[in-house]
Amino acid sequence: MFELSETPGDGQMSKAPGDNAFLSVRDLKVHFSTSDGIVKATDGLTFELERGKTLGIVGESGSGKSVSSSAIMGLHRGTNAILGGEILLEGVDLLKVSDEEMRKRRGREVAMIFQDPLSAMHPYYTVGNQIMEAYQVHNDVTKREARKRAIEMLDRVGIPQPDRRVDDYPHQFSGGMRQRAMIAMGLINNPSLLIADEPTTALDVTVQAQILDLLQDLQRDFDAAVIIITHDLGVVAEMADDVLVMYAGRAVEYGPCKEILTHPQMPYTWGLLSSVPDLTASTEAKLLPIRGNPPSLLNPLPGCAFEPRCDHVAKVGGDLCRTTLPDLTPATSGGNHTKRCHIKNADEVYEAEILPEIAPDLVED
Amino acid sequence: MSDTTTATAASVAPASTETVLSVENLKMHFPVKGSGVIRRTVGHVKAVDGVSFEVAKGSALGLVGESGCGKSTTGRMVTRLYKPTGGSINFEGTDIADYPGHKLKPIRREIQMIFQDPSTSLNPRHTVGSIIGAPLRIHNMVPKDKVLGRVQELLELVGLNPEHYNRYPHEFSGGQRQRIGIARAMTLQPKLLVADEPVSALDVSIQAQVINLLQDLQKEFDISYLFIAHDLAIVRHFCPEVAVMYLGKIVEIGDRESIYEHAHHPYTQALLSAVPDVKQAAVGGRRERIRLEGDVPSPINPPSGCHFRTRCTFAKDICSVVEPPLLQIGKKHKVACHFPGELHQHPEKPVTAPLLGVDEFGAPDPGASPAEVPGDGPGYADTWYDLANNSRGRA
Repeated sequence: MFELSETPGDGQMSKAPGDNAFLSVRDLKVHFSTSDGIVKATDGLTFELERGKTLGIVGESGSGKSVSSSAIMGLHRGTNAILGGEILLEGVDLLKVSDEEMRKRRGREVAMIFQDPLSAMHPYYTVGNQIMEAYQVHNDVTKREARKRAIEMLDRVGIPQPDRRVDDYPHQFSGGMRQRAMIAMGLINNPSLLIADEPTTALDVTVQAQILDLLQDLQRDFDAAVIIITHDLGVVAEMADDVLVMYAGRAVEYGPCKEILTHPQMPYTWGLLSSVPDLTASTEAKLLPIRGNPPSLLNPLPGCAFEPRCDHVAKVGGDLCRTTLPDLTPATSGGNHTKRCHIKNADEVYEAEILPEIAPDLVED
Repeated sequence: MSDTTTATAASVAPASTETVLSVENLKMHFPVKGSGVIRRTVGHVKAVDGVSFEVAKGSALGLVGESGCGKSTTGRMVTRLYKPTGGSINFEGTDIADYPGHKLKPIRREIQMIFQDPSTSLNPRHTVGSIIGAPLRIHNMVPKDKVLGRVQELLELVGLNPEHYNRYPHEFSGGQRQRIGIARAMTLQPKLLVADEPVSALDVSIQAQVINLLQDLQKEFDISYLFIAHDLAIVRHFCPEVAVMYLGKIVEIGDRESIYEHAHHPYTQALLSAVPDVKQAAVGGRRERIRLEGDVPSPINPPSGCHFRTRCTFAKDICSVVEPPLLQIGKKHKVACHFPGELHQHPEKPVTAPLLGVDEFGAPDPGASPAEVPGDGPGYADTWYDLANNSRGRA
């Protein structure tokens, strides 16, 4: 693992994050060296998170959501990834601690729930064995105690007859139960930070609702900080306190959930909102997709990464969008809402052009 | 943008009521083999257990339900990738349920399928030109030297660069690959497309592109869709008619408004309440929802009576004894429940009991005279059971 030099990145926030945050990620960079050049999977990401709060990270595949959270877990150690910036968990920089130290923290202080529990669990070991292992690694306990704790956790996440199901193999569980078992494994050491990477994408809506309920209950009980990575804006709306919208490895909009979803000020967020149908929208209207495809991270554009797909370039004038990467600046609504866009009057554009299309009933006369 | 120009074929009621596909009492029971040398059949997975529906020409029927409810199996029977173990599939007036392989070839031209995962349904060792051209060669549709031209036409139709016919699937992004899958399905100009979760593997911004493409094709070529998906919002957008499946059976079927605005089955209501809503951000916190406990029971040994009763909050004695029939309760609305009603308005007494000749606990009632249940069969009857005054209604 190499460290980048400490020069401030182009994507630095204008406002320095507070020093007392529970988790504070500053100017995080994860670059991969490939034969075609350097892929800047995450390029200057800054956010912070308090205990008991939930951060939702949204974006398309390849926008750097998962790569950034893997960096927090220290999963890029031993790979050819080049990391830069700081990940401060209670003041300790997780990028600087030794591998042995990180191993002790992983699973105990920082835990992760993966998207597909069928591939994240080992098919050869029983569910109980895998949960017990997570507990025994961090606690000096006998097998019997670990088993008791595993059964307790399975019960806590709502698996029926946990004392019998503990000896089942992953394939004997249904999709929802496997995801519950994953959550039990993630929470067995009472981690203070839980990263859920698309925890419900592979599940049906009814099971998704159960799992989201469970995550919220457990978060309340353990006072954990949760990062939920998803592409479902509905999940974010119901779960998150703060939202971080990522595009091409950078934050393009960041702020309180309500602000971002009701007064978005970045054309990419507008695109995300207008391309999903909802259960009340008119079925007469066509969906408004974001045209084109996500950009290559190999040769990033000099300007705004979203410029080739953006319908609002003309509002900025000149070729500012094409030549200059906008900074993450405070949005007009103030507060902690920041956006990365050159459009000056984004709130007016949203009210006038976007809102009538996605939610005509909300337009105020 | 004016509404008239953007109105899509799917959302406009089909001009003709001509039926392309009519499925009646379709069943697919997969045998479960025991261990040992003889491998006796020890049971059956009743993946699909008697479903009936119709798809109108140029329209779209959405099949929704949780995984394992039999919606994909239904789609595969309609395309005759599976041979059904019972029931009939009437495609343009002929029953294709029992057709042997050689008689199916002409049918394959008419019914095509779009698969969920474009990266596994395209052969990685064939070029896109060869993948899209394959149906043309198999069915001898055009002379050999014209295949390339037709392939390029198709690529253009689905919004890909026609010059790219020589590329391999891995050189395309997920959304582009799904377009290739759609081009392949369109090659033979089918009348019916079975789309099995066509957008669930795609990013949200790309989903909308593919949905719009499917609707454009529908408008241009008058294609009918059997649209299988678990995303209720997308089905609502795409399909004027929707069928909700649970454990191999249709529990509720009707037009868009009946299902989404006036759902009468507790399962449909629970499904709809479970969908996370972006608009919730303005309110904060979680939406109030009907919580379904537990998992879907095994289709090998489904619960007696109503399949949904083990997870239903309204279940009463009759539900475990008598299976509710699919009862037509509106012009285009059928529901399979003993206590059908809108949310918080479920009746106290089973409305189906008098029709079935049982009392309210499900025991045979010698005094009652079983009547014909309105709505039996794939289509909709002219008369239906009016829930408001417990009598027959009429359009």
